[in-house]
Amino acid sequence: MVTETIELITPVLAVLVSLVASVLILASGKYPNIREGWTFLAAFTKFGLVMSMLPLILDGKIITYTIVEMLPNLPIAFKVDAFGMLFAIVASFLWIIVSSYSIGYMRTLKEHAQTRYYFCFAIALSSALGIAFSANLVTLFLFYELLTISTYPLVAHIETPEAISAGRKYLAYLMIAGVFLLFATLVVYHYTGTTEFAFGGIAGLELLPKTMLTILFAAFMIGCAKAAFMPLHAWLPAAMIAPTPVSALLHAVAVVKAGVFTAVRIILYVFGVDLMQASNLWLYMAYFVSITIILASVYAMRQNNLKRRLAYSTVSQLSYVVLGALLITPHGITGGMLHIPYHAFMKITLFMCAGALIVTANKENISEMNGIARQMPITMLAFTVGALGMIGMPPVGGYITKWFLLLGAAELDNMILIAVLLVSAVLNAAYFFPVIYVAFFKKPDHELEYKEAPLTMLVPIVITALISILIGVWPDAPGMFLDIVNIAVANVTGGV
Amino acid sequence: MTGIMDIVYAEYNYWIYVALMMIGFYAMIAKKNLVKKVIGANIFQSAIFLFYISLSDITGGTAPIIVHGEHAAEVIYTNPVPHVLILTAIVVAVSTTAVALALIIRIYDEYGSLDEDVILAARRNLQPEFSEYARQKEVDS
Amino acid sequence: MTGFDIIINNLPVLTVVIPLIAGFLTTITGWIDRRLCWYWVMLTMFIVVLITSSNLLTVINSGTIYYHLGGWKPPFGIEYVIDLLNGFVCIIIAFIGLMVAIYSKESVKKELPGKTIPFYSIFLLLITGLMGMTITGDIFNFYVFLEISSLTAYALIAMGDRGDGLVASFNYLIMGTVAASFILLGIGYLYAVTGTLNMADMQNILPDIYGSKVVLAALAFFMAGFSIKIGLFPLHAWLPDAYTHAPSTASALIAGLMTKVGVYAMIRFMFSVFTPAFVIDITRMTEILTWAAALAIIMGSVFAIAQSDIKRMLAYSSISQIGYILLGVGLVNVIGMQGGLLHILNHAFMKCALFLVAGAIFYRTGIRNIHQFQGLGKKMPVTTIVFLIAALSMIGVPGTVGFTSKWYLALGSIEAGQWIFVLVILVSSLLNIVYFWRIFDNIWFGNPHEKEHIKRDEAPLTMLVPMVILAFLCIFFGFFAYYPLHYILEPLSNTLLGIMP
Repeated sequence: MVTETIELITPVLAVLVSLVASVLILASGKYPNIREGWTFLAAFTKFGLVMSMLPLILDGKIITYTIVEMLPNLPIAFKVDAFGMLFAIVASFLWIIVSSYSIGYMRTLKEHAQTRYYFCFAIALSSALGIAFSANLVTLFLFYELLTISTYPLVAHIETPEAISAGRKYLAYLMIAGVFLLFATLVVYHYTGTTEFAFGGIAGLELLPKTMLTILFAAFMIGCAKAAFMPLHAWLPAAMIAPTPVSALLHAVAVVKAGVFTAVRIILYVFGVDLMQASNLWLYMAYFVSITIILASVYAMRQNNLKRRLAYSTVSQLSYVVLGALLITPHGITGGMLHIPYHAFMKITLFMCAGALIVTANKENISEMNGIARQMPITMLAFTVGALGMIGMPPVGGYITKWFLLLGAAELDNMILIAVLLVSAVLNAAYFFPVIYVAFFKKPDHELEYKEAPLTMLVPIVITALISILIGVWPDAPGMFLDIVNIAVANVTGGV
Repeated sequence: MTGIMDIVYAEYNYWIYVALMMIGFYAMIAKKNLVKKVIGANIFQSAIFLFYISLSDITGGTAPIIVHGEHAAEVIYTNPVPHVLILTAIVVAVSTTAVALALIIRIYDEYGSLDEDVILAARRNLQPEFSEYARQKEVDS
Repeated sequence: MTGFDIIINNLPVLTVVIPLIAGFLTTITGWIDRRLCWYWVMLTMFIVVLITSSNLLTVINSGTIYYHLGGWKPPFGIEYVIDLLNGFVCIIIAFIGLMVAIYSKESVKKELPGKTIPFYSIFLLLITGLMGMTITGDIFNFYVFLEISSLTAYALIAMGDRGDGLVASFNYLIMGTVAASFILLGIGYLYAVTGTLNMADMQNILPDIYGSKVVLAALAFFMAGFSIKIGLFPLHAWLPDAYTHAPSTASALIAGLMTKVGVYAMIRFMFSVFTPAFVIDITRMTEILTWAAALAIIMGSVFAIAQSDIKRMLAYSSISQIGYILLGVGLVNVIGMQGGLLHILNHAFMKCALFLVAGAIFYRTGIRNIHQFQGLGKKMPVTTIVFLIAALSMIGVPGTVGFTSKWYLALGSIEAGQWIFVLVILVSSLLNIVYFWRIFDNIWFGNPHEKEHIKRDEAPLTMLVPMVILAFLCIFFGFFAYYPLHYILEPLSNTLLGIMP
């Protein structure tokens, strides 16, 4: 399949917008309203720039731009394809939503060091978009590390010894992962002379001996610790000590999705479908992530802290995406890729609800939430929408991705994977329904009056909840995620 | 048959320089007194100077001043270059010694001793990682 | 011949002569007015930067420059040779010298009151020594300049912390004298077997007598001597004390340059006095060097973690970074060599910036203990951001210079089939994270309520400017490393290893 390439500076601008904004945020730190104005301006500009590229992508074109030849034969370059576009749209759109939510959250709680917070947030978004648009492994690695560093101050935001130690845990996991990613990148460059992503995988890798290939793949997957595969997941629950908007956007969307995005990029664009199939690596890895899917759900059930429960749920759901890519059938890949935006919308709704509970009712633990729906009906309704989506109940979006994943697994006739998907759906229900039950049907300990979160927080929650339903009832709307994913799948499977 | 003594005797100049060098080196490393270390350094350097000078010498050679006349072709000259080099090296060695001695005077003013152990103990007590200012600050708070 | 032509034709020697004469004239300028010294040094360093740049450009455009001192033809006269290698190192010396000179104004005024004139005089003489070591093509002349740079360094260190500086300087003097004597002895050996002192000449004669024990002994003496000079683990004992207790300005200069020039000399001796074949195949010296370097990389970082004095920590980190350079050189393939040489440049930027930051913090607060750094992020924002950039660069975050050299070193290790060195490089970046991150935590995090009262109190402008320039270069060359690599280091590595591209 021949795709047309055009050179355009838009992706660079889209990445730079928030970097420039971060400087302006720093400069206007004394005037909170102006500072937040910059955040909004940057968020809208960014989203606009990303969307301006969408028609081209839907046309089947690819946008490239080489910024600088960093080292001989090693450029820092951007390449926007359908898959990158998918992640970029999600990240840039949700930044607008979360910016509004952040303002409500941070001002209500009178958090300190807000300038630093918005500053780091803007850089983190630049990095996320940089990852989405990277044309090669080195560029990706650059933004991957930048993302780790820029989110550290957000995790350690409250600066208590506890937060700092959580931050260090975060840093330790992700930096060690970075080292593995660098190692793998080096190996790829050494053997093939390039690190540029290609639709069918990087040519030349298939010549590697089997052991080397396995080591390489393992190094890459450890490098994707941002995707929180099971033995490397501990940083994610620890990072829940961050302010909730951070957990919502970064630890449900930007950072972790950057991890799975990288994992999928590596599986499909570095190794390629053919090599994955030939080497049988897909099967081992698929079993491996299956363990995460099941185990993380079990862990989630045992959490009393709502944010931590959501974190473990994220761990489990992230592996769906990778599993989808590993199924290497068009349906499986569709399901995996589609789960990136779908899970993003549902999980961010859930996190924002959890944040609203902290701000308004000062409640973090599920055991304290008896009858909380009487106080915050809208928030809890939105929460229910998100939870149903996670479980995979129509009409909320989640059922579509699960359907595709099941189709993919069925095409392969792999009963174990089918069983994993079904069991996991049951487990999802097992840890979300109790929350809903507690909130709606348990008698409150004392009388609760209607008191919702501030509008700056409530509106974003409602919007994302509505979108979660919308993408469930009308998934094939023109230009929506399914369209983009179809192009991406056609790219990697050679248009079959 | 050449015994060990013959080898020693044939190249005794080199053996002397090796012995001197080792003596100097030993003094630099093992002596606790700073002045003795400097003396060791001087012995070490002098040994090297001797080595250079004995390099340039040729048996039966004469000073490298060109001889004119009928026997001019038969005259063997010693090599003048090492002498010149060593003149420079001596200057360097003297300056090094001067700097070292200057340092020693200052160290003696500071610690009242030239013994390495005493100085080390004195430094430990002073808590080197805390500057004057920081210590003052601690006292203030 | 006009005066201008005379200057142009004598540019190579002027790199050494100008700081030498200016160094002595500093006394006179200081006698007129003490404040003039700084302007005088600035002017000198600026001219030296211009000359070295012009030299390097000439070398790139039209090949190696040969300059015969006093018109005496080699091998009898002293020859100055500027090729890509020392052209490259010279410009680093000149540039870092200029940066430190700008910085020194306030720092010297505060830390060394009453010693301004001798400080600047010695400063220029140190530059003279380093330039001379780098530029000369004569092996004995090299020794003389080595001693000039050493003696001036002893003096600079002795000006530092009361008492500690003196002892550190004395220990350095003893170790330095041992090292220099070894080198002198090695020179004597080589002279005895070749009868020449000219490096190029020597390289032509030596291959015929590689079987000789004398040549082997000479190599051993050189390597031992230089290893002490550059503080290669485990011969590093003098280094941490010397770097820690020197005045801030001197620390930056010595840490940024002295060891680099030592490494340069090591490379020069291995590849341009001896031949690649000798050090690689016959004696396998380069292989030994890589293992020593790997040990230095790890042990330097481990020791750095244990330190609480920032300058001492940076000193140990220098020991580890020197290991990087030697590792790259010892891998003896073009990629590794480029990485090692590039790291000379990169480490000069990073380490100089870090020491300048340490000096600036000391200047404002008198603190060197990293546990007392709380709230500095608010007090000295620019300084601490410079620190952040330079430290991230040391860690090897992509987009900074540290990444480019690390990339080449790791790639070179893979190329050489030495996977263990890839591991060493990667592990050491993790160790770097450990010792820098606790400083970040201290600077920006912890006790948010205490920080409310901290007022901004930034270092003076003359100190900020060089730090910011160096930090900028850390990032600039992180993205544009292509230029030094393509124009200088790649042809240079090929030449050094005797590979025809």
